[in-house]
Amino acid sequence: MSTPMALRTESPYLSTPATVTAVRSITAKEKLFDIRLPGGPLGHLPGQFVSVSAFGYGEAPISIASSPTAGDHFQLCVRNVGNVTAALHQLEPGSSVGIRGPFGRGFPIEQLRGHDLLIVAGGLGLAPLRSLIQYAIDRRQEFRQITLLIGARTPSELLFRDEYAAWQRQLVGEILVTVDRGDDQWSGHVGVITTLFPNLTLDAKATMAVIVGPPVMYRFALAEAFSKGIPESQVYVSLERRMKCGVGKCGHCQLNGVYVCQKGPVFSYTELAGMEEAWG
Amino acid sequence: MALSVIEKKHLTDFVNRLIATQPAVIGPVRKGSKLVFGPLSQAQDLVLDYVTTILPPKKYLLPPQETLIRFKLGPSLELEPVIENTPRIILGVHPCDLRGIWSLDQAFGDDTVDTHYTARRRATTLIGVDCHPDESCFCTSVGSQRPEAGTFDLFLTDVGSAYVVEIGSERGRQLLERYAQTREATANDLALQQRFWREKEAAMQAHLNGDVHLLPLLLDSQRQSDTWKELGNKCLSCGNCNLVCPTCYCFDVGDLMQLNLTDGERVRQWDGCTLTDFAVVAGGHNFRRQTESRVRHRYYRKFQYLMLRYGKPFCTGCGRCTRSCLVHINPPDTLNALIAASEKEEA
Repeated sequence: MSTPMALRTESPYLSTPATVTAVRSITAKEKLFDIRLPGGPLGHLPGQFVSVSAFGYGEAPISIASSPTAGDHFQLCVRNVGNVTAALHQLEPGSSVGIRGPFGRGFPIEQLRGHDLLIVAGGLGLAPLRSLIQYAIDRRQEFRQITLLIGARTPSELLFRDEYAAWQRQLVGEILVTVDRGDDQWSGHVGVITTLFPNLTLDAKATMAVIVGPPVMYRFALAEAFSKGIPESQVYVSLERRMKCGVGKCGHCQLNGVYVCQKGPVFSYTELAGMEEAWG
Repeated sequence: MALSVIEKKHLTDFVNRLIATQPAVIGPVRKGSKLVFGPLSQAQDLVLDYVTTILPPKKYLLPPQETLIRFKLGPSLELEPVIENTPRIILGVHPCDLRGIWSLDQAFGDDTVDTHYTARRRATTLIGVDCHPDESCFCTSVGSQRPEAGTFDLFLTDVGSAYVVEIGSERGRQLLERYAQTREATANDLALQQRFWREKEAAMQAHLNGDVHLLPLLLDSQRQSDTWKELGNKCLSCGNCNLVCPTCYCFDVGDLMQLNLTDGERVRQWDGCTLTDFAVVAGGHNFRRQTESRVRHRYYRKFQYLMLRYGKPFCTGCGRCTRSCLVHINPPDTLNALIAASEKEEA
């Protein structure tokens, strides 16, 4: 029946063209992109993500690595691991990318305020956590003691290594770094990230823990956090999943009954209790 | 519900007039020994007395592959959404498939509206027809044996020499008024319509041995059931069940480039949660590596996750997954095993 109907031409899958304003290699596999949208700031919260398009290759969900307090641009730390990210790695300043988002629920700033923070970053987990670290630096008075644990497989895989000294100074907090395997130049701690926990002195009841890392890390890092006495309700994680839409349609990011793109990627531990698909 | 009656000899004229005047008319047509929904060029190709089609009419609302965005690379990136809303009439849709379309309406219409789906859906007129089951149908167990108000424009029930027509929308009423020769329904027509319903329900062979509305709760206690292990050992991860399902709507998205390397399209394609790589992320980690976890996920989608979200089971009882499964996995057997296990635990 040819009843005329209001045609909605907007699509939830339409990206906004944005400009890459700077690119810097931070490891052999990761690059950091500065991106500017034509209409001004992205308007994100620490811990949210965007869907990034390299048109001709596809779209990938990437967590935002900079704080909204950083100004008009935002940063994405992209690991070269698939077709889309390989294409992104070819981009130079001045290139266009498509941006959709920000999507999802970020770190619970309201709940974190007024508490000690224990931030645990395994591997690429430091990318989304950097948005929180920068936020905490810019709003330092909102938080109490801040402790940051950073782990990577090898020294050359440590992300944002040149920023740790400044973070330590600006956070007036403790930063502990470890690698699974050292090299000739490495004089720091060696061991998986959980080996940093025994020497921590925390005011557990006043501490909010934020843990982000690869699937294999959670089980062990969570156990360490709980053994320190941090209550389950004060532990947050950010979960990675396959995502094709960002708007709760494509079905890929579901774990148990929840869509990670909508209810996550950040969850409190108690929200995930009983959801065995959460831990990969 | 407004009712009317079309004599069978007048139905052919009605369908031919629709074909002559409407942009596209779709209906069940023969394809070898099976039936498929396909374009109609003459009323005599339409088969209204049939059990099932290979694919549900979903393919006209959520095509197996569709372009979401057209783009042009260059100094400035050009992006254009592709919203297709060609008016279509789909004839001969069974109550189970109307429920399937209702399910897609919920999934694509809530929260962030999927305009690609909703534009096509709004341009679609649905003319349903009632049916008799085969041994795989179990619509009476999921409450989709009768079409619900609001899910069709017209709905036909065979009463011998005529069809009783339920008028479900203004659009349907206008079509009938303009293109069909009808008469008023008599008490006898209505008696025959009710007899059709009774015979349909009596002919149902496959059943759930419990109330479908209790399944979300029951499934909560059955995540570690041995049933999943058994199904995991059988399932071939072929995705047939996803492919033929009227309520499966998961999709993948990717880019296709023209040979000029300037023009391209962002396309979505049907995906299936039972396929091995459905939950694989970049870098290779598979969040549902085990077959049993994927089979279980499919059942929880249908009878818990989406059911709790939208209020009805996301299974229409159409029996297509039963018919297409190469290793004979089917919802009634699976759910009845879980129901039996749960009753045993309680005893």
